[in-house]
Amino acid sequence: MKAKLMDFDKALELFEPVLGFEVHVELGTKTKMFSAAPNPAHPEFHGAGPNTLIDPLSLGLPGSLPVTNETAVRYSISLGLALGCEIATSCRFARKNYFYPDTPKNYQISQYDEPIAFEGQVEIELANGRRFTVPIERAHMEEDAGKLTHVGGSTGRIQGAEYSLVDYNRAGVPLVEIVTHMIFGAEHDAPELAKAYVGAIRDIVLSLGISEARMERGNLRCDANVSLRPRGSEQLGTRTETKNVNSMRSVERAVRYEIQRQAAILADGGTITQETRHWHEDTGVTSPGRPKSDADDYRYFPEPDLLPVEPSRELVEELRAALPEQPVARKRRLKAEWGFSDLEFQDVVNGDMLHLVDATVAAGAAPQSARKWWTGEIARVANERGVEAASLVEPARVAELQRLIDEGALTDRLARQALEGVMAGEGSPAEVAEARGLKVVTDESALVAAVDDALAAQPDVLQKIRDGKVQAAGAVIGAVMKAMRGQADAARVREIVLERASS
Amino acid sequence: MAQAPTDLTRLAGYELAGLLAAGEVSSVEATQAHLDRIAAVDGEIHAFLHVNDGALEQAKTIDERRASGERLHDLAGAPVAIKDVLCTIGMPSTSGSRILEGWVPPYDATVVARLKAAGLVALGKTNMDEFAMGSSTEHSAYGPTRNPWDTERIPGGSGGGSAAAVAAFEAPFALGSDTGGSIRQPAAVTGTVGVKPTYGGVSRYGAIALASSLDQVGPVTRTVLDSALIHDVIGGHDPHDSTSLKREWPSFTAAAREGAASGSLAGLKVGVVKELDSEGIAADVQARFQETVQVLTDAGAEVVEVSCPSFEYSVAAYYLILPAEASSNLARFDSVRFGLRVEQQGQTVEDVMAASREAGFGPEVKRRIILGTYALSAGYYDAYYGSAQKVRTLIQRDFDAAFEQVDLLISPAAPTTAFKIGEKIDDPLAMYVNDITTIPANLAGIPGMGLPMGLGDDGLPVGLQLLAPMFEDARLYRAGATIEALLADRWGGILTTQAPALRDAAPSGSSATTAGGAA
Amino acid sequence: MSEITREEVQHLAGLARIALTDDEVTSLTTELSQIVDAIATVREVAGDDIPATSHPVPMANVLREDVVGETLTHEQAFAGAPSHDGERFRVSAILGEEQ
Repeated sequence: MKAKLMDFDKALELFEPVLGFEVHVELGTKTKMFSAAPNPAHPEFHGAGPNTLIDPLSLGLPGSLPVTNETAVRYSISLGLALGCEIATSCRFARKNYFYPDTPKNYQISQYDEPIAFEGQVEIELANGRRFTVPIERAHMEEDAGKLTHVGGSTGRIQGAEYSLVDYNRAGVPLVEIVTHMIFGAEHDAPELAKAYVGAIRDIVLSLGISEARMERGNLRCDANVSLRPRGSEQLGTRTETKNVNSMRSVERAVRYEIQRQAAILADGGTITQETRHWHEDTGVTSPGRPKSDADDYRYFPEPDLLPVEPSRELVEELRAALPEQPVARKRRLKAEWGFSDLEFQDVVNGDMLHLVDATVAAGAAPQSARKWWTGEIARVANERGVEAASLVEPARVAELQRLIDEGALTDRLARQALEGVMAGEGSPAEVAEARGLKVVTDESALVAAVDDALAAQPDVLQKIRDGKVQAAGAVIGAVMKAMRGQADAARVREIVLERASS
Repeated sequence: MAQAPTDLTRLAGYELAGLLAAGEVSSVEATQAHLDRIAAVDGEIHAFLHVNDGALEQAKTIDERRASGERLHDLAGAPVAIKDVLCTIGMPSTSGSRILEGWVPPYDATVVARLKAAGLVALGKTNMDEFAMGSSTEHSAYGPTRNPWDTERIPGGSGGGSAAAVAAFEAPFALGSDTGGSIRQPAAVTGTVGVKPTYGGVSRYGAIALASSLDQVGPVTRTVLDSALIHDVIGGHDPHDSTSLKREWPSFTAAAREGAASGSLAGLKVGVVKELDSEGIAADVQARFQETVQVLTDAGAEVVEVSCPSFEYSVAAYYLILPAEASSNLARFDSVRFGLRVEQQGQTVEDVMAASREAGFGPEVKRRIILGTYALSAGYYDAYYGSAQKVRTLIQRDFDAAFEQVDLLISPAAPTTAFKIGEKIDDPLAMYVNDITTIPANLAGIPGMGLPMGLGDDGLPVGLQLLAPMFEDARLYRAGATIEALLADRWGGILTTQAPALRDAAPSGSSATTAGGAA
Repeated sequence: MSEITREEVQHLAGLARIALTDDEVTSLTTELSQIVDAIATVREVAGDDIPATSHPVPMANVLREDVVGETLTHEQAFAGAPSHDGERFRVSAILGEEQ
């Protein structure tokens, strides 16, 4: 299933990539979009058992009726405003009709010709400093579908499964779908732009506090449309829609992959099939889904069970006044506030850790300390394990870890061990330190004895220190720290080394 | 109440309720009398798909509460029949379809919950055309209901079961639903009373949807006052239904009592819609209608002709909007969460869904789903569904103009008396045009009432339709009760008292247990 | 005269997920053509200047407070289910992809 790929730079030489994105945001309201059943995307209901967050509407029971969630509408308006959109004076819901077992009514209540928000833009800034405006076509309200589990067969995937099980907890979770216009001119930056765009949406949603925006949990989902056209051509190429891209990194990889795959086909004189493709995180490839056909006749019509939503201008202005700053402006502000160098800041942005560092600083850590943790040890582990840094540890725990260092309760090295325990789910940093017996040795006599031992073992070093070559002390300090299994304050050890050497 | 052992089933609902409230009759007695009547005649009529085996127990509870001195609702303890389109905890709710055979909902429709809260006792679920698609109850998956006036004939539809149940004295009160006349037309052909409230006046929550923008639940009874009593219980705002109206409604009971007492229609301006007074109306129906116009005039009403030119497009618009909405509403019957599943080893879920829907839906339902799917399909939407919605606007405008001139509109409620079972079953178009008189009210959302206006040449009931402006349901009850009283004076009692006695056909108890309709 | 073909009826049946028999396709092809002819008259009067009415009573902003209500138990949810495993509804293998 490995498709032929063209070298990325070569592909960009021959073709211009045209992008488009559909991002779905699950809103973290307490209840569902159209019924009072609990919303699994709300923190209070995480981890609920299958089919426990359901009511007659969630199952599409005969006779059940939808009633729109006021908070979901407010969140949608706020999101629309944050995307720079106009808010409709009147909009309505429509039914999108299609049969699928995760869709309890076999139609999805969505918005069709009258979205709540339309025509906006999102400013993003790439690592190379390039600024880009992504044009937003619309943001509309809709409901999520249930979840299928495929049983039997070898892969656990839909192909080859013997049967499927359906959990309707997620059916009816409020969604906002954000649709971009076609994006031209991204060129070589196309993959990074894709990632940065999704990151920008995530940052907006988080700053609004309307969703947890965890991609790995499906709070935020991205479908990426990619098409290529030969250089110099005005005519748009056939696009594919890649679904199931569940991390920022995947968005970037999937777009790069599609550009390379399509370029190889086109260069060979082939044609692109308009289709839905699925991204496979493990193998890093996309595979074809169902080709688009007449079967995609969704027979949209105005939802007769619901009435138009007509946001008052007062409400819109109230929500506008409460908007947080735009991501680009926010970045600039944070960089200045934190006093990071260009390189340091870029490191954070590239690692998609701005919001994590921000949250860690908000939880009390110094900006530089927060940065070091995220771009250092945590990024290393995330890389090693191939997971998102955010999924490893909560920012508040990182701040606590740093506090323990600042208070002298842990050394850097001990703190890393504590972090390991936190990431393994052993509890908070303090709890891990307690359980694992991690603590700084403050017994002076033990330290002095260890220093004396180390100096005695390295007489040449002792001589050098006495000769005024203070930097030579490092070797002794290292030996002492090793002897103390890291559980000593290196600065204090240094002081003792210098003291004992000169005595 | 001179002769003590009155046949309780022969009383009007309000009379029975009065005896219950006064403690002269117990709910158990009232309920038992109706269960006995069902057992006696329903084998022939087949108004019920399910008889509530908990009815007597519920009646007993009401009697106990009354005995303990609790202040109960005026209708507490009175029996009521419920159209099978409504969800009921503990009783199958099939909407007349094989695809929902035996399905017992985990929740009550709002109207059912309100009846329960008022202490009414559900006798059972009444037969209907499958998913309320039809005008004869012949499209029920569980066999047709027969008209108590002539059991060779249809009782109207889709709510033939509820209408037949009250006409055959199997229940004093019933609930129906009216999407294009399913309450008013059965009332017309069974000599009973039925009201389609203003759209949004009664909650649709728990009513298995046919066409969401047309459906409305309403009362089915033998007298205008009885309908008003039920309407007062089931009506009013429901937060579970977005289209439910947030209004303070006047007492319809008070309006009906006033109307019955007044005996005069002086000052009332009544319009006869020219377009509903057409060639399609049978001569005997036309004759009864003219006589009724004369009765109204004699009582002081001013009757004038009004024109509603867009009505000629109403059947066409209706048969686009209804199938379109229904095709979507009925998509949920897919064999996954409830209802019939037809499955063969190795089939995909897509095939299982298609096979289940093929087996579970009757021909009329399939016809309308396919038609609705067509009307909503890419490329046809504007021409069909979009145009139909514009016709809706035109019909509303016609009504607005008419109600600027008059207080009420009247027409025959159905163009003919009841036809014979099987007579039109193979001609869907002929069946569709039958609905011309009732459809415009659903398209416009205005309230309408069907009530008896005499007998046709064949001795079968003929119905009058009253239509009032949006929100003016009370006007229907006031005028309807006056007209009912004037006609009853001429006939020496309400029309159903003239209904032929039914043979005590079934051996006791055998007819009353067709749960979900295996019959 | 609207000419609705067999293929069209078959396509509609596919969209509507009904496995019609050949006989049903035949009779529906005829009936649908007749019915569509009869109802096509709506196009005669539907001018561009006439607004569409989708709700009989114009209202807007019917919204619900974001407050949790009652949920169904597994017993209630599965009572009418053709097949389930006690926690989830069970269906045969799925051919098509998610939408």
